[in-house]
Amino acid sequence: MVGVVVVSHSQRLAEGTVELAQLMASGAKIVAAGGLEDGTTGTSFEKIMAAVEQVYSEDGVAVLMDMGSAVMTTEMVIESMGYDNVVMLDGPVVEGAIVAALEASLGTPLHELQAKVDEARVAPKLDL
Amino acid sequence: MITNDKTIEILKAIADRIEEQKDYLTELDNEIADGDHGVNMAKGFNAVAAKLPSMAGKDIGFMLKTTGMTLVSTVGGSAGPLYGTAFMKAGAVMKDKMEIDGSDLITALEAAIGGIKMRGKATTGEKTMLDAICPAYDAMKASIGDGEDMKTAVGKAVEAARAGVEYTKTIKATKGRASYIGDRSIGHQDPGATSSLYMFEVLLEHI
Repeated sequence: MVGVVVVSHSQRLAEGTVELAQLMASGAKIVAAGGLEDGTTGTSFEKIMAAVEQVYSEDGVAVLMDMGSAVMTTEMVIESMGYDNVVMLDGPVVEGAIVAALEASLGTPLHELQAKVDEARVAPKLDL
Repeated sequence: MITNDKTIEILKAIADRIEEQKDYLTELDNEIADGDHGVNMAKGFNAVAAKLPSMAGKDIGFMLKTTGMTLVSTVGGSAGPLYGTAFMKAGAVMKDKMEIDGSDLITALEAAIGGIKMRGKATTGEKTMLDAICPAYDAMKASIGDGEDMKTAVGKAVEAARAGVEYTKTIKATKGRASYIGDRSIGHQDPGATSSLYMFEVLLEHI
C-alpha cells in the first residue's frame, strides 16, 4: 500500500488533515509531519524524513505539502533519501490527502494515485 | 586568498551579525510575511556556529556543505532550504580547497545562485534574496575580470547588494509568502535580500 505523508507548517493542521482523511480511509498508512520539533510553526527536515520512513514500502510514498518551505524541504528530503518512488503531489492539502488516503487504502498504485490527486486539484467546489 | 581558518572566522561573524540583526529581520518579515526570518536565521546560524569547532582543519568545501546541511535541518522556514542549498552547492564546487581566490569565489557564488534558483524556482525581480545576491555576483565578476583584487571586488559586491536591497522596496513580491499581499508589499524591503547583504558585508570586513 502506498504511504501518505501530510506536510504543513502547522502541526495541528497536518494532524487534523490526517484525522479527517482517516475517517474516509481508516486502513490507510497516512502520517503527519507538521511544524517544528518543539511544536512551533515551520517545516522540519527531520520530521518529514521520519514520516516518509515510517510509511515507506516498495509501493512508494505520496507527500502533500502546504507551501513554500514545506515544498522545498520535502524536495530536499526526497533528494537526500534517494528513493525514486517517493513523490510530491501537486494538490490541495486537505482534499488531496483525503483522495490519496482513500486511493491508497484501495490499493491504487502510486502513479494512478498521483493522477487522482491531480484531478482533485482542479475539481470545482462551487457550481459557478 | 581566503583560507579554511578564515572561512571559520567568517562563518562565525555571519552568525554574530544575524543574531544582532535578528529582531530587525523579523520586523521586516512581519511587515510582508509571517515574521519568522530573523528568528529562523538566528536559530540556523547559531547551530552552524556550534559546529564550527568540529570543522577546524577541514577543507572549505566541507565547511560550506556542513553549513548548508545544518541550515536545512534547523531553520524551519524557506530560508532553510534556500540558503541551505546555496551553501551546499557552493561547498560542492569548493571541495578539497584549503584556500580560495577571487575566481573561486565567483565559482562558488555562481553555484549558490544556481541552487537558489533551482530550489525556489525563482529569478531576479521577484523581491527575494536573489535581488541582492545576483547584482553582487555580477559586480564581483566584473571587478575580478578587470584584474582588481578580492577586497575591491567584494567591496563592489556589497555596494551592489545594498542597491539590490533598496530595489526590493520598489517592487512587489511575486515569490514566497510576501506574494500573498501583492502590491501591498511595495515600499517594504525584502528580509531575505537583507540577510544576504549582511553576509556580503561580513565577508568584506574579514578579508
